[in-house]
Amino acid sequence: MSKTITIDGNIIPFEDGQTIMEAATAAGVYIPHLCHHPEYTPHGSCKLCTVKVNGRICSACTFPAMEGQDVLNNTKELTDDRQKITQMLFVEGNHFCPSCEKTGNCQLQAVAYHLNMLDNHFPLFYPSREMDSSHPDVMIDHNRCIFCTLCVRASQEKDGKDVFAISGRGINKHLIVNAQSGLLKDTDIDATDQAAHICPTGAILIKRTGYQVPIGERIYDHKQIDQVSLETEHQHGE
Amino acid sequence: MKQFIQDLAETNRYQATHLLHILREVQSRYHYIPEAAIEQIAELLNISRTQIIGVVEFYSFFHLTPRGQYDLLISDSITDHMLGKQSLIDYLSEKLNVAIGKVRQDGVVSLDNTSCTGMCDQGPAGLINGYALTRLDRPKIDQITDLINQQKPLDQWPGKLFHVDDNIIESGLLLSQSINQGSALQSALKRGLKETLTELDKSGLRGRGGAGFKTATKWKFCSEEHENQRYVVCNADEGEPGTFKDRVLLNSYAHQVFEGMTLCAAIISAQQGFLYLRGEYLHLYDKLQSVLNERRQAGLLGNNILNEGFNFDIEICLGAGAYICGEESALIESLEGKMGIPRNRPPYPVTQGYLGKPTVVNNVETFMAAASIAINGGDWFAKVGTEKSKGTKILSICGDCSRPGIYEYPFGTSIQSVLNDCGASDVLGIQIGGPSGTFISNKEFDRKLAFEDLATGGSFIVFNNSRNILDIVNNFTHFFAHESCGFCTPCRVGTSLLKKQLDKIIDGHGSAGDVVALEELCQLIKNHSHCGLGQTAANPVLTTLQRYPELYESRLKEISYEPGFDLDGALETARRLAKRNDAGAHLVQVEE
Repeated sequence: MSKTITIDGNIIPFEDGQTIMEAATAAGVYIPHLCHHPEYTPHGSCKLCTVKVNGRICSACTFPAMEGQDVLNNTKELTDDRQKITQMLFVEGNHFCPSCEKTGNCQLQAVAYHLNMLDNHFPLFYPSREMDSSHPDVMIDHNRCIFCTLCVRASQEKDGKDVFAISGRGINKHLIVNAQSGLLKDTDIDATDQAAHICPTGAILIKRTGYQVPIGERIYDHKQIDQVSLETEHQHGE
Repeated sequence: MKQFIQDLAETNRYQATHLLHILREVQSRYHYIPEAAIEQIAELLNISRTQIIGVVEFYSFFHLTPRGQYDLLISDSITDHMLGKQSLIDYLSEKLNVAIGKVRQDGVVSLDNTSCTGMCDQGPAGLINGYALTRLDRPKIDQITDLINQQKPLDQWPGKLFHVDDNIIESGLLLSQSINQGSALQSALKRGLKETLTELDKSGLRGRGGAGFKTATKWKFCSEEHENQRYVVCNADEGEPGTFKDRVLLNSYAHQVFEGMTLCAAIISAQQGFLYLRGEYLHLYDKLQSVLNERRQAGLLGNNILNEGFNFDIEICLGAGAYICGEESALIESLEGKMGIPRNRPPYPVTQGYLGKPTVVNNVETFMAAASIAINGGDWFAKVGTEKSKGTKILSICGDCSRPGIYEYPFGTSIQSVLNDCGASDVLGIQIGGPSGTFISNKEFDRKLAFEDLATGGSFIVFNNSRNILDIVNNFTHFFAHESCGFCTPCRVGTSLLKKQLDKIIDGHGSAGDVVALEELCQLIKNHSHCGLGQTAANPVLTTLQRYPELYESRLKEISYEPGFDLDGALETARRLAKRNDAGAHLVQVEE
């Protein structure tokens, strides 16, 4: 008999070595997340996937599933907290959805909708951040970076390169690129790299593809992120 | 520069784990980390330039732009403030003709604030090119100004500027009995290592850094891992504001600390140890190196220790200004030459620590106690203290008291008796365990020092009735926002939001809902942060809000709502552009 945990009272099977997130995804249970992606080493930084394991708060994407775990996921308390964490991500950067090319395809926006986030709640930081449009095919809008490190991991783990890194401390964290000039054009990134496509927000965009899919016909215009996430990530959990 | 860096890399055996060490040398010589140096180091150590830039931007003592030849930092701990730090730094800024946070135009001197330098018993304190300055006052500042303006080399400055006292005032079990070099190891080997671990277990010794994990259990877990490489790490990144006991232990009891580490190595079969010394204690570095050399010559370190066939050596690694590196997994990252970002757990360091190998990380005081226990046995230690907290605790007492310094007490000692000893009167309250600990009011002095009541890593800051609690909380809250590593959202954004929200209330812009919002934010940061820093960053607000709610409420405006957005403040850029500052260029936010 396979080993099991419970999530919100439902029995979920798992295999040794799986995280709570992996076991949940494989069983068709959605746990909100942004920095997690099934193809990459878990990071555990966005804290959206916070769950309660036997009363203790843990990140589902990094915490191993173990026999006897009673996991709370879809509770009002956790949803409220996840909403506030999402609001933190919004106020920290400059996220103006209506003018962003990523709108409708943006995971940050989709998670916010999923969690029923209706305002920013916290005062906005209005940080002064730059754009890097030096590269012929790929651009970075630092205003929208949430430091999830997915581009860092994708470049290292999938593309076999080392284009991105997160530098700085605390609220001064920022994305840097691996070039002496500090500009994307002097890195070895290609528009076909995974790292150029993995960004869950509109921080890294491919040039000259803007609005090819009209607003209203984008991924999250018709589906909630939990449904999309389970459809696309399900296979990885198995 | 090319040759300098080439030589530096060579002495560091081209090890990427030595990145901090290399960068410290570069910073000290060039007063910043030049771009060319980054490129060369990246190539020599075979790491990416982004790792180096990341490290430079993470640690407070590294800079991408030049600092002055004399880089002067003044400690921003609450205790330094209580000793008149603010007027001193203003005076310094005026005398040296350099703005705080800036470099003087001629490039000779730069001035800035820095987090607590661990000299709270002899402040106001500072650092000049990394070396500790103590008991600063105006005559000393005049002297320093002259020395800087004459550009006199630091090694020719009068020694009294750098004089650091131990200030050991109350000795107990550990401090009163200095052990002979090697005697703890000899006792342990004579008794048997397994039996010594049993004694350590019997002693009930728990980690002295504050978390209180049982030491014998940690060592046992580590020794049971199936790996042939193990490490012993001594955490001397004593960054909790108000704590300075490790400074004293390493100055006067270093042999015993190193002996405790060697004992641990013998028990868990480790061959390599590290002392992670906070950068602020640079003044101890040479002395500690010579203690290590003495021990090597005495056959207490190196190959074939005490002719018993086991090998172990200790390397000293200096930090570079990051409170977070006191967290054990962040410390390990830092030892590996990386940014000090706490790891995800599990796995814990005892199973996967330094370079992924089983690692014991303990506090300075823990290793020192372990050495004494190896000599005197477990019962000797366990008969002192309380049931759950055995032995003694060494406190760093500072703030409003006539005898600041080092005090060792059996666990279970009441706060009142500590206050009597250190000469504190008219006490408002005490911060126990530093900003990450608890603020207790003067109605709680019958409480006890113990893991089960008031746990502390050693910080004990006394405040008298002339102090303003909100000023204290404000200092601590700004400290956490400055020291957050930024890895996780709740701490990175939350500590900055907390700073803003508290400022809003303290500056008199708060309204009815703002204290509630403050508390909500505190809970969110506390519950969801990745590591101990975030989980305790809201403690200053939470522990004082619980005790003095009226203090917070007294700052609120009698209106139901005031937006966090400063409308008039936001117009500043527009006013500057339009070169206007008349009444019409200002807006009132809310009609009162």
